[in-house]
Amino acid sequence: MLQEAVQQFVAGEYGFEARNKVLATPLGFSEEIWRGLAEQGVLGIGLPEEHGGIGGPVEVMVVMEQLGAGLVLEPFLSSVVLGGGLIARHGSAEQQASVLPPIVAGKTRVALAHHETGARYALDYVNTVARERDGRYVLSGTKTVVLDGATANLLIVSAKTADALSLFLVEPTASGVEVVRYRTQDGRNAADIELNEVHVAKDRIIGGGLDALEEALDHAIAALCAEAVGIMEALNVATLEYLKTRVQFGQPIGRSQVLQHRMADMFMMAVQARSMSILATGRCAANTDRAQRRHDVSAAKAFIGKAARFVGQQAVQLHGGMGMSAELVVSHYFKRLTMIGVTFGDVDHHVGVISDQILAERA
Amino acid sequence: MNLEYSPAELEFRAAVRAFLRERLPPDISAKVLGFKRLLREDWQRWTQILHEKGWSAPSWPREAGGPGWSTIEQHIFDEECAAAGAPPMIAFGVRMVAPVIMAFGSREQQQYFLPRILSGEHWWCQGYSEPGSGSDLASLKTRAERRGDTYVVNGQKTWNTLGHFADWIFCLVRTDAESKPQAGISFLLIDMRTPGITVRPIPLLDGEHEVNEVWFDNVEVPVANRVGDENKGWTYAKYLLAHERVNIAQLGQSKRELKKLKELAARAISDGKPLVTDGRFRDRIAEVEIDLLALEFTVLRVLKEDGSQSNPGPESSLLKVRGSQIQQTLAELKMQALGHYALPWIPEALDAGWQGEPDGAAEWAAFSGRYFNMRKTSIYSGSNEIQRNIIAQRILGL
Repeated sequence: MLQEAVQQFVAGEYGFEARNKVLATPLGFSEEIWRGLAEQGVLGIGLPEEHGGIGGPVEVMVVMEQLGAGLVLEPFLSSVVLGGGLIARHGSAEQQASVLPPIVAGKTRVALAHHETGARYALDYVNTVARERDGRYVLSGTKTVVLDGATANLLIVSAKTADALSLFLVEPTASGVEVVRYRTQDGRNAADIELNEVHVAKDRIIGGGLDALEEALDHAIAALCAEAVGIMEALNVATLEYLKTRVQFGQPIGRSQVLQHRMADMFMMAVQARSMSILATGRCAANTDRAQRRHDVSAAKAFIGKAARFVGQQAVQLHGGMGMSAELVVSHYFKRLTMIGVTFGDVDHHVGVISDQILAERA
Repeated sequence: MNLEYSPAELEFRAAVRAFLRERLPPDISAKVLGFKRLLREDWQRWTQILHEKGWSAPSWPREAGGPGWSTIEQHIFDEECAAAGAPPMIAFGVRMVAPVIMAFGSREQQQYFLPRILSGEHWWCQGYSEPGSGSDLASLKTRAERRGDTYVVNGQKTWNTLGHFADWIFCLVRTDAESKPQAGISFLLIDMRTPGITVRPIPLLDGEHEVNEVWFDNVEVPVANRVGDENKGWTYAKYLLAHERVNIAQLGQSKRELKKLKELAARAISDGKPLVTDGRFRDRIAEVEIDLLALEFTVLRVLKEDGSQSNPGPESSLLKVRGSQIQQTLAELKMQALGHYALPWIPEALDAGWQGEPDGAAEWAAFSGRYFNMRKTSIYSGSNEIQRNIIAQRILGL
């Protein structure tokens, strides 16, 4: 039912032409769509009921698949899954009460400002510092490629306090915050955020530190996996249709055994990708121990990264020149899959996680 | 077999390198090496310089005004140009329509068109593919009706590269709708300024303007602009399609891109250390370096085994397949080296001389777009699936 509701919303409001309009906005964002998502209750998915939310990681997975298939640009992942989720699990009662309802209502949009130049995919590489001064924290540093940072009105900033990683709620309008906004290759937006002696009250620290961040990113990765599955399945449907209808040499090109096998390979990848997505979400939903969750979420991101690369590339290839055209949805799916592939760890990074575990087991 | 370059060839390489050092404008090479957008005038300026040297048509014999180089010399020239950051040659004039005009054109056509291709006065584009005719090119429908001394052309061509810069277009058109498809095609040379021609950009996934649709609405073309015989165009097209061999592997370009990839890997930082210290990523670079070596020496073997400029065989299919795959791998690894920096889209950063925000964007802004754009290499010039068919049928006899 949730799936149908979101599917219908996306089909109604986010067809290819409608999406092109959002694509053409300065930041790849439509206030109207965001409001619509809020009205549908989508912006509360996975957040606590007491603050207006409903469901958990499984419902997030369902929503993300539909948002993927619809190539929805709006920042559900950053705001609800990553930001809202982090606050829901580790925020103080006060923080939850003040921040979560406006997220659910669509008023507050959160972005996680964690990544810094030099980190690549290392979690604990943070040079932004938070010094204590006069009963507050003073933050200085530079965050780069903050996903959805251009449309956020609340940031969660990671910074080192006396050598431990802490998470801070920061308004982008606060004094000392400079935001450089830009678009991303898949039509969304991001930002580089410079913090120059930004004062943050002590009650704006979210607890949990590095572990909380890691957990939040695992939830986000699981959500990205689901989005990728929604895209891959849509790409396979489109490609299959093309193989059946595109006629060259007097017959549909799908009669070629070469292309049949390729399509079969794409199908097999998508089926297994779905399995891994379910696994990753399952580990986030049940209170699985950290090691197991980490292992399986990395395995899922690695597998799905590989699958997404293959399905994306082959969908373009099998559509011939049309796969390169921006006037067909295929290339848009391909670009989003590619961006998912580089976000929060690429295939090599997550294979490395599993690889390191294998070595550690031998030690 | 001797895989070394001869002393004469080494001297030739040195001479080419010296010429490039002296005469390749630094503002142009900066654009090419920095992945910035090239303007029409950049290409024209370089063609002028080459033409003054007598090198604007490296593949032409002396009789036609070319330098009369061997295929090895042409290969060396291409490599050095790519390494130095010369604009890639636009193949349509010098390498595609010119050989057809030389082999099958009238003397008038040769006397009129060849010098203008040589000098760069005429920029050529290609009118082959149609929405309904991609791999199955022979099924093309653009019609040329004979009316006295004129053909009246109606139809639509697509995937026309840089037609918006072009002065002339060579087109495959249907002059006989009754016969077998291959037996009803003619080869026409058409002035892009002829009334009735409309060029519409096809937006590609990287946001750049590279290809077009070209519409022909009662376009009048003198019969004198037909190359060779009516309804023999398919023969000429096949001659053209197979003729490009020296460059089909894009070896020079890929060697340059490999160098760039290594530079990127050294500069990109991962957890505080250069990415090149990451064994897994470095192994990928090593693998493509090995593959590129295999391609390079296959190219050299092919060139040495047939030093003449005669029609190359189906070996070109191998060079096309492997060349395109290596291009794609190199583009992918350059994007992969960026990590999260593969995400930003800063189209302004692709203009020469841009220095804006965010910091450093001028360095990395081109690589994701390049990855997307290079997906075309396994599709165009005969898809890699078609190329494998050619190998299977024409080399392996299957």
